[in-house]
Amino acid sequence: MDNEQLTHETRSFVAHQFDDLEQQKEAGTLGMWAFLATEILFFGGMFMAYLVYRFSYPQVFAAASQYMDVVLGGVNTGVLLVSSLTMALAVHAAQEGNRKQIITFLIITMIFGAIFLVIKGVEYHHKFVEHLVPGYNFQYEGAEPGKSEIYFILYFVMTGFHALHLIIGIVVLTVIAIMTARGRFTKEYYTPVEISGLYWHFIDIVWIFLYPLLYLIHVHK
Amino acid sequence: MTGHTISRNRYFLIFAALIVLLVLTIFMAYVDLGPFNVIVAITIAIIKATLVILYFMHVRYSSRVTWVFVSAGFFWLLIMFTLTMSDIATRFTF
Repeated sequence: MDNEQLTHETRSFVAHQFDDLEQQKEAGTLGMWAFLATEILFFGGMFMAYLVYRFSYPQVFAAASQYMDVVLGGVNTGVLLVSSLTMALAVHAAQEGNRKQIITFLIITMIFGAIFLVIKGVEYHHKFVEHLVPGYNFQYEGAEPGKSEIYFILYFVMTGFHALHLIIGIVVLTVIAIMTARGRFTKEYYTPVEISGLYWHFIDIVWIFLYPLLYLIHVHK
Repeated sequence: MTGHTISRNRYFLIFAALIVLLVLTIFMAYVDLGPFNVIVAITIAIIKATLVILYFMHVRYSSRVTWVFVSAGFFWLLIMFTLTMSDIATRFTF
């Protein structure tokens, strides 16, 4: 509104189509949530397929899910939750204008993201060794191999797209960390840090649903 | 909206709650509840997602129009699930 009161430095962050920083931040946040809504439906389509096939072949899914590593999946859930915490702390540091802390927390977040991917890679490797990769070397020992293959297709497609999102997330955070180091953000202007955080937390949320649905179907016997 | 910052302790508290819920969901998966296992698992996942959305993603302190955008995504997801399953679940053969 009253641009005269803004310092010169602050004004330079406001793009000319916005009245002030607050309006600009609001627009950025809304834009990100509009994108995330399309992401919800992107993953939603896969969850829909999962729901239909699990409803149709409950016993087959229960048996096939025995091949998942509950411990590695659980550890990975914890790893992503920690990364979400450090991401939130990075945004918190941005609100306080603490440049060093932003970069530190962003790096920790990326490291935990990378740890997740490594553990996921170990799990994928196990599946390759156990001949459980559809279209590559699928040889299922249990009952109903054809229907079981659907479970493994869903497993690889859903966790694969999730991992792809995580890789993109790490790239985004790298860019944000570099921008932070170059002094592109201030206490007043840190919207890119905030909306990158929204993306990161979204990846966490997808995994929060993937873990119980893929790993914990039938661990009680 | 702007200016409202969540204290650092609040973030750690939410994180602790998320870890407790993770342990709970693993623990409950080992208890045989029959058809209720999946309901418990989904309920815990929804609670965890809600905590992340409200606090880590700051939606609790965001404007009304942000709330609308957030709800819209999940609302459309619900439409897809409801309409599809009302077909699938009422068929005798698949």
